[in-house]
Amino acid sequence: MSVGAVAAFNLLVRRELCLSFRRPDQLLQPLVFFLIVTTLFPLGLSPQLSLLRDMAPGVLWVAALLSSLLSLDGLFKSDADDGTLEQLALCGQGLTLIVVAKTFAHWLVSGAALVLVSPVVGTALGIPVDAFPIMMLSLGLGTLTLSWLGAIGAGLTVGLKRGNVLLSLIVLPLAMPLLIFGASATDRAISGTNAAGALYFLAALCVFTCTLAPFAATTALRITLE
Amino acid sequence: MWTWFYKLASPPYVYGVAAALVPWFLGGAALALGYGLIAGLAIAPPDYQQGQAFRMIYVHVPSALLSLTVYTVMAAASAVALIWRIKVGHAVAAAAAPIGASFTILALVTGSLWGRPMWGTYWAWDPRLTSELILLFLYVGVMSLRSAFEDPSRGDRAAALLATVGVVNVPIVHFSVVWWNSLHQGATIVKLGAPSMPGSMLWPLLSMWLGFMLFFAAVLCIRLQGEVLNRERQSTWVREAVKP
Repeated sequence: MSVGAVAAFNLLVRRELCLSFRRPDQLLQPLVFFLIVTTLFPLGLSPQLSLLRDMAPGVLWVAALLSSLLSLDGLFKSDADDGTLEQLALCGQGLTLIVVAKTFAHWLVSGAALVLVSPVVGTALGIPVDAFPIMMLSLGLGTLTLSWLGAIGAGLTVGLKRGNVLLSLIVLPLAMPLLIFGASATDRAISGTNAAGALYFLAALCVFTCTLAPFAATTALRITLE
Repeated sequence: MWTWFYKLASPPYVYGVAAALVPWFLGGAALALGYGLIAGLAIAPPDYQQGQAFRMIYVHVPSALLSLTVYTVMAAASAVALIWRIKVGHAVAAAAAPIGASFTILALVTGSLWGRPMWGTYWAWDPRLTSELILLFLYVGVMSLRSAFEDPSRGDRAAALLATVGVVNVPIVHFSVVWWNSLHQGATIVKLGAPSMPGSMLWPLLSMWLGFMLFFAAVLCIRLQGEVLNRERQSTWVREAVKP
């Protein structure tokens, strides 16, 4: 039975989401990690909201990057370990389609969930409510870009026993521009100035990675799988 | 017209060419570095603002430029190796990566030594410094990814892909001066119009840059010979080449 590309994409995304929701603890762990890391900063620095507000964009973005990175390790690993990925690669659909579907599903359960939780963290760090829309928009664009960069890294390290640290070493330098523009967009939203410039840069990076990273990630998987 | 390109895919040919080129590169590097050092350290006048400390430029700027050039060479060799499946490309990339990382470390160290008398601090979170540090992380990532695989050819191809992807970072490093406001002084040599530096200071710098390039080429050829020998150690030509 042959299935069209769109139908296959939907099936794959549904399968990934189904697998994630069957294991709610794994779904929640990165979010809890996000909350814990942001809790560490008031404890380590000072509980004054005025000081925290200055640090908030950086804290928020660093925590978001780290917690997205945490879940990236499992993007291809479990499927590669039990042979599902090979079967998917042989099913007749292009490997790129599978990579796109898996990465998109990964972003839905990690990045999009993180965006939904971010107002809670934002409130705790003293970010004004007016700045929430831009903060969430920038986080959404940033985590999607990061998922794509992470897909390349996860594809390159999928065959390795201790790929986790190496994955961070590979992905974090590539993600630095995200941190710079994401934090500056959030910072500008907090101070009430125009954040459009930084948001445009984030959007450009997002479009750039969305178009090119699928092919790089596919090549990476081909190298490590074959 | 493409035969020279095809010949470069053959390890014995590349081994011979690299061996033949080393003395030329080393000789040229010695000449250029000799002139640059004497003219830069002894003959060029001290800077009206920075005094003698500006002479750090003769090591700092060439190593910073080389850190980018070597990355570009590594990424180009990686791309060639990935696209045309030329194994020598992987050998070039593997030989270039540690040299590039060394130049990056040299640029960071000389930069911080220069920063102490000029800015009053060894390290500032200036975007350009930070980008140079990120470049070092990229080098480390590529090198550790290559060695992380048990199957060397898989490690080669994974590192090649990462180097090709990371090349996005090279323009970011280079244009960060323009993008972000910074403490770092602006570009001195490569800009439209006349360079903002008198000839007595500029010529030694260009000569040092040329010397660094030739030195890199010489070290690359030496390391490439080692890489090729190691990769081809099962073949008969290697046994004949290393026969005493």
